[in-house]
Amino acid sequence: MDTSLVGDSHGGIVAAAGMREPSDTGRFGDYGGQFVPESLVPACVALDREFRQAWADPRFRQQLERLLAVYAGRPTALTPAWRLSAELGITLLLKREDLAHTGSHKINNVLGQALLARRMGKTRLIAETGAGQHGVATATAAALLGMSATVFMGERDIERQALNVFRMGMLGAEVVPVGSGSRTLKDACNEAMRHWVGAVDEAHYCIGSVMGPHPYPWMVREFQRVIGDEARAQCAAELTAGTPDFVVACVGGGSNAAGTFAGFVDTPARLIGVEAEGGAAMTFGANGVLHGYRSKFLQDEHGQVREAHSISAGLDYPGVGPEHAHLGDLGRARYVTVSDEEVLDAVNRLCRAEGIFCALESAHALAWVLRAAGSAELPTGSTVMLTLSGRGDKDMPALMEAS
Amino acid sequence: MNTLEGRLRSARHQGRKLLAPYVTGGISDDWTRYLAAYQDAGADAVEIGLPFSDPMLDGGTIQEASDRALARGASADRILAELAEVDLTVPRVVMTYTNLVVRQGVETFCGKLRDAGVSGLIVPDLPLGESGELEGAAAASGVDLVLLAAPSTSPERLREIGERSRGFVYAVSLMGTTGERDQLAESGLALARALKAVTDRPVLLGFGVSRPAHAVQACRTGDGVVVASALMRRVIDGAGPAEVGADVDAMRTELDRSADEPTGSP
Ligand SMILES: Cc1ncc(COP(=O)(O)O)c(C=O)c1O
Repeated sequence: MDTSLVGDSHGGIVAAAGMREPSDTGRFGDYGGQFVPESLVPACVALDREFRQAWADPRFRQQLERLLAVYAGRPTALTPAWRLSAELGITLLLKREDLAHTGSHKINNVLGQALLARRMGKTRLIAETGAGQHGVATATAAALLGMSATVFMGERDIERQALNVFRMGMLGAEVVPVGSGSRTLKDACNEAMRHWVGAVDEAHYCIGSVMGPHPYPWMVREFQRVIGDEARAQCAAELTAGTPDFVVACVGGGSNAAGTFAGFVDTPARLIGVEAEGGAAMTFGANGVLHGYRSKFLQDEHGQVREAHSISAGLDYPGVGPEHAHLGDLGRARYVTVSDEEVLDAVNRLCRAEGIFCALESAHALAWVLRAAGSAELPTGSTVMLTLSGRGDKDMPALMEAS
Repeated sequence: MNTLEGRLRSARHQGRKLLAPYVTGGISDDWTRYLAAYQDAGADAVEIGLPFSDPMLDGGTIQEASDRALARGASADRILAELAEVDLTVPRVVMTYTNLVVRQGVETFCGKLRDAGVSGLIVPDLPLGESGELEGAAAASGVDLVLLAAPSTSPERLREIGERSRGFVYAVSLMGTTGERDQLAESGLALARALKAVTDRPVLLGFGVSRPAHAVQACRTGDGVVVASALMRRVIDGAGPAEVGADVDAMRTELDRSADEPTGSP
């Protein structure tokens, strides 16, 4: 194994790169910030203050921990993928966010934000959603805490994620179709922001990933770090080396990856974020500002944002959270892409080999492992911790069509 | 003084209520003719929107106008090149979103504004805490960077916005997006009053100023108005420069009449 990367250089990088608090201006390196209309500045400033207080308040932490345990079903299992490991010649461990209540990691963040919103005296949650998982999680938390929920969703996503739309309705949320632009996640974000400007007094905008104006990227990562913290402890029990050689997660906005990486950033593990080929801001994006933050975005030379195209609605987003852009610049995390075909293949293989039907988004992470295993990128004998961000129920209609 | 602010201050000094109508650049082949019509109708400045794919603070009308312009192949460079060819005596103010500015680099972008004869810039998703770099670059190019204030802005921030804004202070009249409204928001009048108390710069109200009566009402507390969606609705529905110019003319007439009334001044 190439020990130079594992030992020394990472030790140095970790100290510099650690996933710490952003700067006073909400920056991770050059990225992040608070690029919102003046109307929203006071709300962002108040949210920063309230989150800091809550996060330092043991009672708030206990409340959230308890909900995560008795309501969301945490900790989620770390399952060895026995047969795939044997086939691939690696040790593959799956962090099972698909087993969390509502079927994905999105619930971790939403329970945190909903408790915070209630603490701030808000009565309504606003959310954007792509695959519908964040919308479902928001609708769920709103039902649990007796709040109302308004979820913005692109018309194109409403078509391909019909089950989740129905689910949100069952849970009492209002789903607002968004017909502008590409009619996907990016446009749902625009519309949610516009709506928030007019409702900021009574409503909290519950952003679904590590994106948006400060403090969201940092706050959402903190709410998601439970994935990485649990997995770190579980790996310590499962692996002789204590930590894995590789930590892999899919990246849309980047919340499950950020939460996962946060648990391993100070270990020698190599962090791999896997993007959809058609929505790969880390790989094909250029620096820009959208949805309140500076990061990497798919865009043309004039600064018009390009539409993302992916089989998975949850990764159909032209940007990526600012902390990922920073980790990428530092070389602490590496970002790769996989194609829609590889993703479909990965869903099938996980079903057949392990009896786990994962979400299309999550299958991106697995698709990279399937491709790279045995190559210099992911040598035989490596240990891999992979976050399986969600389950595939929502994707069945799309898969039925594809098969 | 030939700066945007100098021009607006001197118009105000003459007892004029300030009128700044807007057009989305590139919305049609002859879009610059709207600017000429606005000038002829008595605009004190004309505002040109550089369309962005994701206009976060715009309602349906400007979104539609932006989409149309982009579908016709509009870009910042092309619009500014066309603008450079236009003969206008009134100041030109550009409105666009941060991404278009940073994509080119703030200095390059401001240089292009200057070369197109632009003397003012409004960037609605660039609040005080993020505007420092652009303030410097704009000043270096002789472009006034106009800052926005909102009904939710604290008195402390209002003061700072008043100090750091150049050209005028843009009072966003309501907590919401651009778009036509039936009534001028009370929050806008209160905001204009609060701004006037902390700054001597011209204060223009925008967002939802849709009718001559709204403009008159706004100018009882503020120094002027920005009118955008109401005009763009007409443009989208097919009204040509002369027709939309007539709308601006109607506002001008009402504003001038109200300025002559003794109740208009404090
Ligand atoms: C199951 C699942 N995984 C991943 C994502 C992508 O989001 P993020 O990159 O923030 O984890 C989504 C988003 O909808 C999702 O539903």
